[in-house]
Amino acid sequence: MTAIPLWVRRPAGERVGWLRTVDHKEIGVLYIGMGVAFFAVGGLEALLLRAQLATPESRLVDPSTYDQAFTVHGVTMILLAIVPLLVGFANYLVPLMIGAPDVAYPRLNALSFWLSLVGGIILYFSFLAGGAPDTGWFSYAPLAERSFAPGPGVDYYILGLAVNGAGTIIGAINLTVTILLMRCPGMAISRVPLFVWMTLVTTILILGAYPALTAALVMLFVDRQLGGHFFDPAGGGQAVLWQHLFWFFGHPEVYIMVLPAMGMISEIIPVFSGKPIFGYRFVAGSSVAIAFLSFGVWAHHMFAVGLGDMENAIFSATSMLIAVPTGVKIFNWIATMVGGRIRLTTAMLFAIGFIAMFVIGGLSGVSLAVVPIDLAVTDSYYVVAHLHYVLFGGTMLGVFAGAYYWFPKMTGRLLDEGLGKLHFWATFAGFNLTFLPQHWLGAVGMPRRVFTYAASTGWGPLNLVSTIGAAILAVAMVILAVNLVRSLRSGEVAGDDPWDAFTLEWATSSPPPPENFPVTPAVTGRRPLWDRKHPELRDPS
Amino acid sequence: MSETGFVRGERIPPAVSVSLGRSATIGQDRTLLGVAVFIASESVFFLAIVLAYLAYRDAGLVTAKANLDVPRTAIFSVALFSSSATMAMAARRASRGWLVATIALGTVFLVGQGSEYARLLASGIGPGRELFGTTFFTLTGLHGLHVLVGLVALVALLAAHMRRPYALRPVAFEAVGLYWHFVDAVWVVVFSVVYLGTLL
Repeated sequence: MTAIPLWVRRPAGERVGWLRTVDHKEIGVLYIGMGVAFFAVGGLEALLLRAQLATPESRLVDPSTYDQAFTVHGVTMILLAIVPLLVGFANYLVPLMIGAPDVAYPRLNALSFWLSLVGGIILYFSFLAGGAPDTGWFSYAPLAERSFAPGPGVDYYILGLAVNGAGTIIGAINLTVTILLMRCPGMAISRVPLFVWMTLVTTILILGAYPALTAALVMLFVDRQLGGHFFDPAGGGQAVLWQHLFWFFGHPEVYIMVLPAMGMISEIIPVFSGKPIFGYRFVAGSSVAIAFLSFGVWAHHMFAVGLGDMENAIFSATSMLIAVPTGVKIFNWIATMVGGRIRLTTAMLFAIGFIAMFVIGGLSGVSLAVVPIDLAVTDSYYVVAHLHYVLFGGTMLGVFAGAYYWFPKMTGRLLDEGLGKLHFWATFAGFNLTFLPQHWLGAVGMPRRVFTYAASTGWGPLNLVSTIGAAILAVAMVILAVNLVRSLRSGEVAGDDPWDAFTLEWATSSPPPPENFPVTPAVTGRRPLWDRKHPELRDPS
Repeated sequence: MSETGFVRGERIPPAVSVSLGRSATIGQDRTLLGVAVFIASESVFFLAIVLAYLAYRDAGLVTAKANLDVPRTAIFSVALFSSSATMAMAARRASRGWLVATIALGTVFLVGQGSEYARLLASGIGPGRELFGTTFFTLTGLHGLHVLVGLVALVALLAAHMRRPYALRPVAFEAVGLYWHFVDAVWVVVFSVVYLGTLL
């Protein structure tokens, strides 16, 4: 009995084009391209918001446009920019890092990318079809019900997110099975690179969290299109059910967005410190602890709802608990750097920036887990500042670190270090100027999601500073774009292993051949390439 | 040592190890593991919907007791439950006959559900009618859609087996079967919560 493969690899050397490709590297690049494009669009939306808020009582945009802009900005950055960027890196790197020729299901991989993209296009189509959703990215009921949001915007939100989510779930199944079954000989689960570990934990989070969002979207659809009453208090339903389901997805989603970035800097910091990661098992194990705890903290988004003191106390405690495994990682990264031969490349600068900014975001997060503090600043700019320190200061700086680190592997050329450092410092300055003042704005009571404010509030100067910061941040992104385009055309040729790195992706050519490795590698330790280059210094296996 | 400097690793492609005649296990075969992981995420999806049903159960209980025909649905449920047995036989023998029996039993179940929907809608109970209608049609409708998807998969499997029986990996039967058993198991929960729940 002969086995017929379910898919056929394209012949080596032949390209089938971006529309038909099933190669994990090309699909990874497609994902990253999608993420970059939506990051640019979401960034422009953010600039519009900041321009409107620069001065009090501004009439640059009308309230309805403002509502659409902040809603779509949130959905775009979270689901159409950050998640595709991270999934893209995982798609590209995981098979290379574990010595596999591709992911477990290459054709399914293409399907998940195209579903993710089409979901995004459906969401944006709403602008042409009568108005974008304007109910915030978490689209609380009953505001999102038909009686309060009669336009088609929320319907496009439902459909777009459901399709995008299906793509993400399918992608997560693919990566889970790839990591569990496709590792090369010797690549025990206790030896896989930490980026692979974090990706595995992330995919498990996706599989547990996204279906809850899909279920909530289906219920909202039933309410809006079939006259149902799930979240409709007038018909006996409970609006708070939406919040429970949404945040059961929404909080793990935060870790879905941050764990892969943590995985990236867990690869970058050891290489540029010239040392193995400090406490591999703790870095990997703390991710599992974070994943486990992240399913038990969702109601900290709902302290102001009035669930009751006991519920609030429990969720407050679990939320503080999650700071422990997160702190473990911070100490591991710092301990990796201590005593190392540190090379301050752009990638390393961004990785260190990640640690600094993420600590601020993490600490403001712990403060928000304290119920009385949360009650005082809930739905204020303090929360906006916090989440941007986590998602921009954390995740995006990690993604930039990853971009400078792996760009040479993906393209064969190095990104320019001079422009890179300019990009880093402009990002660092612009980011802090934008979001640090928002802590004070929130603390003195400026609510989020208001399209303007009275001059008598005194919020004008800090808002102006924040807007100036956003402009600097925009300049930083232009520097990045120039660097990407210039380096792609005429950057320094990288070679296979420009960073003297440790892991398998650097053992093959840059960019790698379609089959990744000419022969299946066999490994004996956590740093296979290092062991090969320095047999006398190899890690004990 | 090879040109990459690594020792050449031996990897037996899963497709080969499966076609050796041994029964594949979920932990070894990528097709089965993929279906299992998919089922795990589907379980979260159904859990959310079932919990919503339970949250609103009391509000809809009077309507449920007055309108649901438990004995009739129990008979159609037996069709679905026994289809898991026929599916197991189909997977064990790679048998076309048992596959047809599974498809028939699944279809009987869907016909039963369709006729119940028709009866309820005719008496004015739809998804917009009270919390009972909303939760009942959402939960049973989503399950019905999953049965439909399962039937499509079964028919596709049957067609593939009829065209080129020896080209089909045995694991294809097990993979479709795994999904079918899951759909069946979900109905055990839904039938208990929605129908048997009205007897309490």
